[in-house]
Amino acid sequence: MDESGRRYFTFAAHGPGLELDCGSSLGPVTLAYETYGQLNTARDNALLILHAFTGDSHVASHPGLPGEAALPGWWETMVGPGKAIDTDRYYVICTNILGSCRGSTGPTSLNPATQAPYGLAFPVVTIGDMVRAQKALIDHLEISKLLAVIGGSVGGMQALQWCVSYPHRLRAAIPLATTMRHSAQAIAFNEIARQAIMADPKWNMGEYGDNPPELGLAVARMIGHVTYLSDQAMRRKFGRRLQGRQGFSFHFESDFQVESYLHHQGTKFVRRFDANSLLYLTKAADYFDLTGSDQGSLGALAGADIRFLVISFTSDWLYPTYQSREMVHALKREGLDVSFCEIEADCGHDAFLLENERLAKMVRGFLGGVAKNG
Amino acid sequence: MAEEGMRFDLQVISSWIEPGSRVLDLGCGRGDLLAFLQDRKNVRGVGIEADREKAAYCISRGLSVLQENFNEEVLEYPANHFDYVILSQTLQQVYRPEELIRSLLVIGSKVIVSFPNFSHWRGRLQLLFTGTAPKNEHLPYEWYTTPNIRVIAMKDFRKFIAMINAEIVREVAINSHHHQYKGNIIHFLPDWRATYGIFLVRAQGK
Repeated sequence: MDESGRRYFTFAAHGPGLELDCGSSLGPVTLAYETYGQLNTARDNALLILHAFTGDSHVASHPGLPGEAALPGWWETMVGPGKAIDTDRYYVICTNILGSCRGSTGPTSLNPATQAPYGLAFPVVTIGDMVRAQKALIDHLEISKLLAVIGGSVGGMQALQWCVSYPHRLRAAIPLATTMRHSAQAIAFNEIARQAIMADPKWNMGEYGDNPPELGLAVARMIGHVTYLSDQAMRRKFGRRLQGRQGFSFHFESDFQVESYLHHQGTKFVRRFDANSLLYLTKAADYFDLTGSDQGSLGALAGADIRFLVISFTSDWLYPTYQSREMVHALKREGLDVSFCEIEADCGHDAFLLENERLAKMVRGFLGGVAKNG
Repeated sequence: MAEEGMRFDLQVISSWIEPGSRVLDLGCGRGDLLAFLQDRKNVRGVGIEADREKAAYCISRGLSVLQENFNEEVLEYPANHFDYVILSQTLQQVYRPEELIRSLLVIGSKVIVSFPNFSHWRGRLQLLFTGTAPKNEHLPYEWYTTPNIRVIAMKDFRKFIAMINAEIVREVAINSHHHQYKGNIIHFLPDWRATYGIFLVRAQGK
């Protein structure tokens, strides 16, 4: 374990490597992951939490550990002792996704063939590939059946993919604020984000070394960030308020609070994320389609013994409620046990990450029900 | 939960359900019937509830419940997926009852329907003597506030079931009181004396 609380699991170092949906293979593959709580002797209390897009394995703090490990995680409100995802009761695993830059193998990793970072030589990975790698980790941890997989947004896609790829390796799934196929609108925003990066001269066909395309990446984040908010949330947070001035500048400096907020989000993001990684992860999300693609279909789940809890949020316009309902209908048609609720929240797509008592109660009760009916 | 803590019509309905069966409860409210059937009869239950707060409550108590409006959405389940589909005290609020009951008879082997009996003698007398729409403990609304858009008498329901070529397997008339938590079964003049009718229906030949 390193000082941030991360552990590393490396596999496919020898032999044919991890097979990918694009037809090539990859090896060695390293996954950064963190664990919380204790695996019981029956090894049946494990939960796999799947992070969104640019997240990482640090889902919650490790209170007993020093330094970075003790810092709050991205789902600190939900995961921890006595919380909805109770680490006194469950063994929680969270792993950084394949293609990311937060400890797992991705385009910033060294290509063993050239001893230089992969860059664009990294193969295009899919949600299916990410899940295939996670399954290797779960095998390594000797967990034959997960109690549940839980994830929001791109994490929710992984949760659904788990059900399709390995239906016998889990008992329940909680896909939050997600979709079973990426919509044209969502692909459109991802394409703008990619074009922003690739239009930055510093991107240099992905060969930027220590001089990354900061402007392009920041703009990409600004676009993404807008899709995570909502009209109501922006009205409430910023309105038309000006930033540090009494009147308009009559220049192209930022006048409005919402502008400087987006700049801040962009700049902050550049410090922690890699531009090429963002290209790969957006592509993986765009390719995602479980309505009958090569990656499998929710329709193939008939008879699977998996319980689902699907949750959407009223103001989420990136993956709106109708997409969750579509998913629910597909699961019902296969006769699967599915629960669904739309939560009223005005903060847009990001709502699943924010503290929400109703969400916490439902997740707690659902997991309790699954654990009880073992 | 004690059986006495449950609405009387639900107590009757639960007594009709075979242990271990699969049940769909439409308009399940806060999930009292489902929780009871799950705990006492080892039933695999699913509920549908349009109210967000109630649906969330059901899920947080570990029940499988969908927040959905079955007036607006198609019930996409495989044929005969459930042993029983329950529609308790909801039929009078359904937009397209014929369509709904027909689809329930497809997804469920048996359908249990309960509704307030509009041909109760008090309602009949109230209309006859006061000339106003019936209003009482079981139908406590004004015509302009009532969610009940269908006026159903037990006799109407029997005719309806014959019309759609289904059959009534079992029928009980009840008279409930004390906020519907207590009650008794009516044998004499049920159409006049029942506050609620409960019917077990199935498609002919099933």
